Amino acid sequence: MPQAIQHFDLPVVVDQDKCIEGCRVCVEVCPLDALAINPDTRKAYMARDECWYCTPCQVDCPANAVTVKIPYLLR
Amino acid sequence: MELHAEILVIGGGSAGSVAAIKAKEAMPDRTIMLLEKANIRRSGAITMGMDGLNNAVMPGHAEPEDYVKEITLANDGIVNQRALLRYAQSSAEMVSELDSWGVKFQKTSTGEFDMKKVHHNGRYVLPMPEGYDLKKILCRKIRRVGVRVENRIMATRLLLDSGRVAGAMGFNTRTGEFVVIRAKAVILSCGACGRLGLPASGYLYGTYEMPTNAGDGYSMAFHAGAELTNLECFQINPLIKDYNGPACAYVAGPFGGHTVNAQGHRFIQCDYWSGQMMMEFYRELNSGKGPVYLKMNHLADETISEIERIMHTTERPSRGQFHAGRGKSYRTDMVEMHISEIGLCSGHSASGVWTNENGETTVPGLYAAGDMASIPHNYLLGAFTFGKICAQHAVEYAKRVSEPMVDPAQVESERDRVLRPLSQPGGFPHHQVEYKLRRMVNDYLQPPKLTTRMEIGLEHFIRAKADLNDMGARDPHELMRAMEVHFIRDCAEMAARASLNRTESRWGLYHFRVEYPVSDNTNWFVHQNLRRKADGTIEFIKRPVAPYVVPLEKGERDSYGRLRIEAPAAVAEAV
Ligand SMILES: Cc1cc2nc3c(=O)[nH]c(=O)nc-3n(C[C@H](O)[C@H](O)[C@H](O)COP(=O)(O)OP(=O)(O)OC[C@H]3O[C@@H](n4cnc5c(N)ncnc54)[C@H](O)[C@@H]3O)c2cc1C
Ligand code: SF4
Ligand code: SF4
Repeated sequence: MPQAIQHFDLPVVVDQDKCIEGCRVCVEVCPLDALAINPDTRKAYMARDECWYCTPCQVDCPANAVTVKIPYLLR
Repeated sequence: MELHAEILVIGGGSAGSVAAIKAKEAMPDRTIMLLEKANIRRSGAITMGMDGLNNAVMPGHAEPEDYVKEITLANDGIVNQRALLRYAQSSAEMVSELDSWGVKFQKTSTGEFDMKKVHHNGRYVLPMPEGYDLKKILCRKIRRVGVRVENRIMATRLLLDSGRVAGAMGFNTRTGEFVVIRAKAVILSCGACGRLGLPASGYLYGTYEMPTNAGDGYSMAFHAGAELTNLECFQINPLIKDYNGPACAYVAGPFGGHTVNAQGHRFIQCDYWSGQMMMEFYRELNSGKGPVYLKMNHLADETISEIERIMHTTERPSRGQFHAGRGKSYRTDMVEMHISEIGLCSGHSASGVWTNENGETTVPGLYAAGDMASIPHNYLLGAFTFGKICAQHAVEYAKRVSEPMVDPAQVESERDRVLRPLSQPGGFPHHQVEYKLRRMVNDYLQPPKLTTRMEIGLEHFIRAKADLNDMGARDPHELMRAMEVHFIRDCAEMAARASLNRTESRWGLYHFRVEYPVSDNTNWFVHQNLRRKADGTIEFIKRPVAPYVVPLEKGERDSYGRLRIEAPAAVAEAV
């Protein structure tokens, strides 16, 4: 079945250069399970627009690679 | 997957973490399992810690009886005082225990706990300016005592064996594997129903509550036949507009911040959250003198720096970023506030699974603690303390009873129900179904409560069952969200029915009915409990308020009814 693809402004941005391959910390700590690892690059990214802008992903990242923005609808 | 535990704790947030630790300490050679839909490292309302305990009853600052009185008054008298007293007598010991685990509380220069006054009458707030490590400390303790932790498994229904609890069922939110866990006793600590109303921003997860908590515990207890109480006593909080987190007057208050209207006048005597306070807040918002603000811009620069240091590192640390994004600062601007979406939560109001002073529900072997259990205004320390109390009683119960049997028919029917969305991936997407349902909650259930409006809402919630059956999920993550919509729908229906059934107004704004604007103490000075009958319908039970163990004096009864400052200018001068 063909699917519509929509673009969203996602609240969490991962700096792909800083992210450490194989780390996964942010993916594991996120309460909403909104982050995932891209199997091709083995780096983290925001996979779902389901965020409480609570910041554990940012605070716990050992590489300082995560930025949590306030979700656009609230900003 | 089939698992077994002596005691199963569902929800590894505040209450569940302590419950699991205490149960394991009491039964070191048995399996105590902590089931968590997220990961206990950062799950629950205290994901980034907390800036203070709202309700610590500490020797030298307050007597347990004072606290019982305060919470009785803040709840218009409808409380189980025995349970409140049990909490009030146990909370100081819990604080000492947390202190010994490494939790950092604010202390005076002489090493005493530095208590602050925020409530109307007593002094119960204990700041934790470095509270951001709470979850780390609890996790360390959980690991050390040897609790078996199962992360990323979401419970969906409880198992029953001839009326007593026998465990729970659920699935792995990453693999989709169906899971059955047999246990002699179950402690539910799944938090609030925080995804009931839709926040004004329209963002599904921009809720006041941690959005993992979708009413899972309320719904699971309901389907197991447990009684729930006062579901018409909604949670509605005064928050930073759009950001939807606490502003937070409990932190700013002791430094000299306070709530004002657009004219800069104070209109409430105290910032402690109660239905009566929210009613005054609502009136002010709609009076022509709104909006309402938290005012700190009169404070000294270094005081504001101290407030910022606390508010921008713990509890909801992205607050600072939100203000900066709008070009606002505590130094120059007041913080615009608004009313939150409705929710169910005993941590802040009084709607929950009916529990007594031992944390027991009405189903044998089933306990509940924290935001989802009925102890009113229980907050963080209440979650910890009742987690511990539940563990003590669940351990005694588990020692007494035999292994329960798992009913294969129950397992089969739940497996079918839960896995269905995966078999129809093209079905309605969870976010659309959830958005519509919660938008209806706003349209039809938000106070002031109108009879006809709530009746229409109820029709929508019943009709939504069909949409729920037609939901699709393309992966286990979407399945988790889809099953959460089931919990939300159950809570919406219960909240509508309970609100319609209580034909009076009570708890200020929380249950303000336009057609019945005053309290009816002759017919409604009762807990309104509900439970699921065998045929699936809901029945109501009026539970009398047990005789008070701490009687109220005549003059005290109305103290929470007199929160408004009538002539702002004159009173401001007097204080
Ligand atoms: C923004 C905010 C600020 C607050 N500020 C204060 C404060 O300053 N002082 C204070 O005393 N109190 C405060 N509170 C209240 C306090 O944090 C809560 O009362 C307390 O943390 C509730 O604990 P709990 O264990 O009931 O819920 P939580 O700690 O939220 O834990 C519930 C857990 O259950 C898990 N779960 C839910 N459903 C399932 C399921 N189906 N299967 C498996 N796991 C599940 C969740 O992932 C979560 O980990 C605040 C609350 C919020 C939201
Ligand atoms: S925590 Fe940081 S380094 Fe680790 S996966 Fe996430 S972004 Fe990458
Ligand atoms: S801010 Fe919170 S909810 Fe959002 S991605 Fe980070 S950890 Fe997850």
